[in-house]
Amino acid sequence: MKKSYILGALTVATLSAGAAAAGTLDDVKARDKLQCGVNTGLVGFASPDANGEWQGFDVAVCRAIAAAVLGDSSKVEFISTTGKTRFTALASGEIDVLARNTTWTFSRDVDLKFEFTGVNYYDGQGFMVPKDLGVSSAKELDGATVCIQTGTTTELNLADFFRANNISYEPVPIETDSEAQQQYLAGACDTYTTDASGLAATRATFDDPGAHVVLPEIVSKEPLGPLVRHGDAEWGDIVRWTLNALIAAEELGVTSANVAELSSGTGNPEINRLLGTEGTLGEMLGLDAEWAKRAIMVSGNYGEIFAKNIGVDTPVGLARGLNAQWTEGGLLYAPPFR
Amino acid sequence: MSEQNSVAFVATESIPPSPPPANQTGVVKWLRENLFSNWQSSLLTLVSLYLIYVILSTFLPWVLNGVWTTSSLTECREVLEGRFGACFSVLTERWNQLLFGFNYPSDQYWRPTLAFVFMLIAIAPVLFFDLPRKMLAFTVAYPFVAFWLIWGGTIMAPIVAFLGCAAAAFVFGAYGKNNFALGFIGAIVAAFAVWIIGTMLIPDGANEGAWLEHVPSRDLGGFMLNMMLGVTCVSLSIPLGIALALGRQSNMPLIKGMCVIFIEFVRGVPLITLLFVASVMLSYFFPPDANVDLFVRVVIMMTLFSAAYVAEVIRGGLAALPKGQYEAADSLGLDYPQAMRLIILPQALKISIPGIVNVAVGLFKDTTLVSVISLFDLVGMIRGPILGGSAEWNGVYWELWGFAALLFFVVCYGISQYSQWLERRLATDHH
Repeated sequence: MKKSYILGALTVATLSAGAAAAGTLDDVKARDKLQCGVNTGLVGFASPDANGEWQGFDVAVCRAIAAAVLGDSSKVEFISTTGKTRFTALASGEIDVLARNTTWTFSRDVDLKFEFTGVNYYDGQGFMVPKDLGVSSAKELDGATVCIQTGTTTELNLADFFRANNISYEPVPIETDSEAQQQYLAGACDTYTTDASGLAATRATFDDPGAHVVLPEIVSKEPLGPLVRHGDAEWGDIVRWTLNALIAAEELGVTSANVAELSSGTGNPEINRLLGTEGTLGEMLGLDAEWAKRAIMVSGNYGEIFAKNIGVDTPVGLARGLNAQWTEGGLLYAPPFR
Repeated sequence: MSEQNSVAFVATESIPPSPPPANQTGVVKWLRENLFSNWQSSLLTLVSLYLIYVILSTFLPWVLNGVWTTSSLTECREVLEGRFGACFSVLTERWNQLLFGFNYPSDQYWRPTLAFVFMLIAIAPVLFFDLPRKMLAFTVAYPFVAFWLIWGGTIMAPIVAFLGCAAAAFVFGAYGKNNFALGFIGAIVAAFAVWIIGTMLIPDGANEGAWLEHVPSRDLGGFMLNMMLGVTCVSLSIPLGIALALGRQSNMPLIKGMCVIFIEFVRGVPLITLLFVASVMLSYFFPPDANVDLFVRVVIMMTLFSAAYVAEVIRGGLAALPKGQYEAADSLGLDYPQAMRLIILPQALKISIPGIVNVAVGLFKDTTLVSVISLFDLVGMIRGPILGGSAEWNGVYWELWGFAALLFFVVCYGISQYSQWLERRLATDHH
């Protein structure tokens, strides 16, 4: 998920000054199309289906932004990016927003000159092992061969974890997730490590998922979220608050089913402000009053998007866990709409 | 006396030929001579037979048990009930994405298909020179027809492109005979003049409501993209490669220097680096609104790359010609273009055929490298959306990669067989 950004770092560091053009909102409106960078294909997060329609958790964020800004969730051009090309694509202006399960880190935010606009998925790195191995904790993996995607933050986390626990490992470097699965199943490594969400999705596709277990240790923090270029705070605000609107909508009980009804006015002033029947929040963003209503109408609030793409009833089968609302013990906490 | 003949017996007819011994004829003889001629051969034969048996006994059940009609890998496994078999359903469900990419409008598949059929017709007179020369007219028109079929949009764009090329040809025809440099530069100026004026004349939004729906480059994909890149880059890089090879042999230091630097630089850089430059770096150098199409950028980079290799192959051909050929051309009073066109190049190119074909086959396979810059060619489709991105088909490796290998093998083997035919056809030495 967090591929090498050396190339990006080099080019961005030298050329970012010229690339950060202001007025992304105007560009998007003039183009009448949002250019959204997504993964080339990751189950549940972003992938084109058999009809070529993009589907997924990250894709839903792009569609919500398009609906908020342009009034039509289909006015998105999805530009698939690899771990290697994503940062240059954003820095060079080829895309307006990058929603590609990208980990928010210090150096990406500060050094690469991007602006993370929030977190749409709290992830963490885990380990998967075959049941036969008889391992119940990652700390028992001393001397294990580990399949790992090269140039990612998971690779660095892995080194940190093993060093901190004073145990050794032998890395088996691998380029993509699907190759890693193949190698793992072929027995080229004892354990496969990547984000826990990815492990769950991978395990779900196995012939015999019961023969593999995901170990309880989560060895890193991987807050994944959409990001934009530095230097255009207005555009960053729109992306940030569209995401917040989806999260707040779940907290406030606004769903795709009742949003039309609620938008005619309710007794809850915060819902009214969110949906634009009270106050001028949309105007402050440079949008119209119903921006958030349209964003929510696309595919529902955060909870609905989660359940549809990666929730327990999907092949990915992720529980809400950290990604529950703060009222339910999770970390999702949208600032107040006022 | 006459009752008794002194000769005991005279055969009045010849003995009919008897069949050869059983071990000297037919299958048995062939087997004895080719497979069991001595004990080493016999041993190897038996070992080979065993290996073939092992491979087939795995491969055949896998293919014959193959499932063609399910909608996901999980269903395949249910249908197979633990038997060993392939899940070819991924091919029947996603064939269109593998061939055309996932974004090409599915009701427009006839357009690239037609363009492919036209390509076979257009390329025929170039490859098989026994065919009537009049067919070349279609070959000349083909790039513009194919462009219009695949990308669609306004018909004005290919017409303007064609007029530009026609103007260039006309100017070169008028001036090139007497003064090559004047004709050459004039042709380029004429082409660009027509293109710029023509582009200004096309109204904005001409692509809306055009007879053929406009398909942006980003929506091209699958094996179609490999074919398009392969055909375009090979056909562009051969003329460019000839020019570079001749330039490298030139007596003019400036031209020679430029050609040497270009060839050595491009050959010293991996193709994947050039592709990264094409996809991410070039947008830094162009002004923000000048969005040069990604397909064009990739074609330029791949053409330059293979042109450098073709140039070196042709230089080998030129170097292999005896010096006498050059001197003969001079002594006939031919000028440089005539000597090259009539004497040197026909021979040098003939020598270079195997090398050029080698570069062409290599380039065609290298088109799959575009998958690393997020173009969804055949390999990109398999790696990204199908294997990595779909919950249904995550894990179907052999079927997909086997299909990809089969497509590439068919094309590359075809090219190789053609080159062998061409070598035989052009052979002038008598055995």
